[in-house]
Amino acid sequence: MKSTLLHQARLKQQIWLDMLFRGLTRLSAFGVLALLLAIITSLVIGSMPAIEAFGFNFLINDEWNPVTDEYGALVPIVGTLVTSGIALLIAIPVSFGIAIFLTELSPRVLRRPLGIAVELLAGIPSIIYGMWGLFVFAPFFADHIEPWINDHIGTLPMLGPFFSGPPMGIGILTAGIILAIMVIPFIASVMRDVFEVVPPMLKESAYGVGATTWEVVMKIVLPFTRIGVVGGIMLGLGRALGETMAVTFVIGNAHELSKSLLMPGNSISSALANEFTEAVGELYTASLIELGLILFFITFVVLSLARLMLHKLGKGEGQTT
Amino acid sequence: MLTLYTRRRIINVTGLVVSMLAMAFGLFWLCWILITLLSHGLSALTPAVFSQMTPPPGSTGGLLNAIAGTLMMSLLGTLIGTPIGILAGTYLAEFGQRGWLAPVTRFINDILLSAPSIVIGLFVYEVYVIRVGHFSGWAGALALAIIVIPIVIRTTENMLRLIPNTLREAASALGAPQWKIVSFVTLRAARAGIITGVMLAIARISGETAPLLFTALNNQFWSTDMNSPLANLPVVIFQFAMSPYEDWQHLAWAGALLITMSVLTLNILARILFRQSATTH
Repeated sequence: MKSTLLHQARLKQQIWLDMLFRGLTRLSAFGVLALLLAIITSLVIGSMPAIEAFGFNFLINDEWNPVTDEYGALVPIVGTLVTSGIALLIAIPVSFGIAIFLTELSPRVLRRPLGIAVELLAGIPSIIYGMWGLFVFAPFFADHIEPWINDHIGTLPMLGPFFSGPPMGIGILTAGIILAIMVIPFIASVMRDVFEVVPPMLKESAYGVGATTWEVVMKIVLPFTRIGVVGGIMLGLGRALGETMAVTFVIGNAHELSKSLLMPGNSISSALANEFTEAVGELYTASLIELGLILFFITFVVLSLARLMLHKLGKGEGQTT
Repeated sequence: MLTLYTRRRIINVTGLVVSMLAMAFGLFWLCWILITLLSHGLSALTPAVFSQMTPPPGSTGGLLNAIAGTLMMSLLGTLIGTPIGILAGTYLAEFGQRGWLAPVTRFINDILLSAPSIVIGLFVYEVYVIRVGHFSGWAGALALAIIVIPIVIRTTENMLRLIPNTLREAASALGAPQWKIVSFVTLRAARAGIITGVMLAIARISGETAPLLFTALNNQFWSTDMNSPLANLPVVIFQFAMSPYEDWQHLAWAGALLITMSVLTLNILARILFRQSATTH
């Protein structure tokens, strides 16, 4: 009699502990949602003065003047989009090549070490890229590449104005290239993972009817993984948009909208990194926070799309797409 | 006139050569960056780096206070972030089969995983630094913890999903309550993978600069007071590299080499650990 009572008490205790444990994990999961909401709310509250003062004009005004207290986000927004665009233009074909090499071409012995090398490259902190860009790449670019660009592309009729300017080494184009170097390993490793999803049977049957390796890649692997590849690219884009340190070192931090990619500009993240701690006045700070809010919004949309696409690929595994 | 066969072969060979070049292109940057890091960093890496404080411009010094600050904040950030991450990851893998919470959390977490870290710095500034009124080491640790959480959640969930259900069923059949099953059977079986995730998270935060700019800021002097601005390697590197003083730039290279080496070492260790556990299972 006594032992069953003891038993029941123990059972009750365990049930109670179970509920506690479950609740604790649930609470933590809920914390993630709360975190996101808190981030958005705090950014909105912080940028309220700027939103009230400038309204929608904030997005299309290219003035950024702490002296007259007038702020517009056009220059940093354009800078962010253009540098990320340049980065993707370079990074997509290169990462695609790397992923093909790693999945289809590389000798088996090299596959692992090369794959790890690419992943390690993705792990290097971005400040290192920025510093390397400032001290090594920018001078090299100014001495050897930019004069050439000025002479050869800068004189072309349509493209010319975009590629002419003083060879300073620092500017939108340099920032885009550094960003590209940074996101290449990132996109490449996602693409490689995605390519490995393709069932070997599909590829083997293509080889069996006499397709070349290139044809297998273009007509079997790529169509099968299309959504995942785009998802990987979007993930890289999300990275590039929000990247701070790699860009801040080399973009030049000029709040000016110039046609030429060789001229210095500004991006949202580098404006924040450079000015936030020194910003005085409510409106200045609020404008910077609103920049952060815009950045968060853009990356949120891009990353959501990326995840939805990668998720779709995961579901479509084994089916024809 | 090319036959169809030769044309296909030419296209094939061109495509393959181009992708090989792409691989070489990618590795080229890795080598270039590592070589410059080593050549600039090694010459600047003197014993003084580990024994003296960050100097004012024009005099010699080291990075001791910055190294200490980075270690402290990374450690605290990891300590705060890891338990939350493991618990939430456990929920996603073990309890979240039904209901809306798990899929939504998973989605949000994936986004937070690659959210711009500078925004996280802004967030902590808004909710903590402004309230307290000054920059502090705690704020830095908090920002780093927010970066740690999504990484740990992701790896915990993935690793728990690899544990075969038979293990859970066996424990359940013996009458073990759920909290015991999870904490003594499944989490323990997934231990190596989770530790790998934590190590990757540490590697990630030890080089993060952007979230520390508005939270921990910097401190020129030795300080272990988490409640005041705290020196840390990334911000020191940023300041010193952007400065016109050569002594500072040298120190920045030394710091950059230190950070890169520790990040790479952590990454490689995590990989080795994970591989070992994967072969013994």
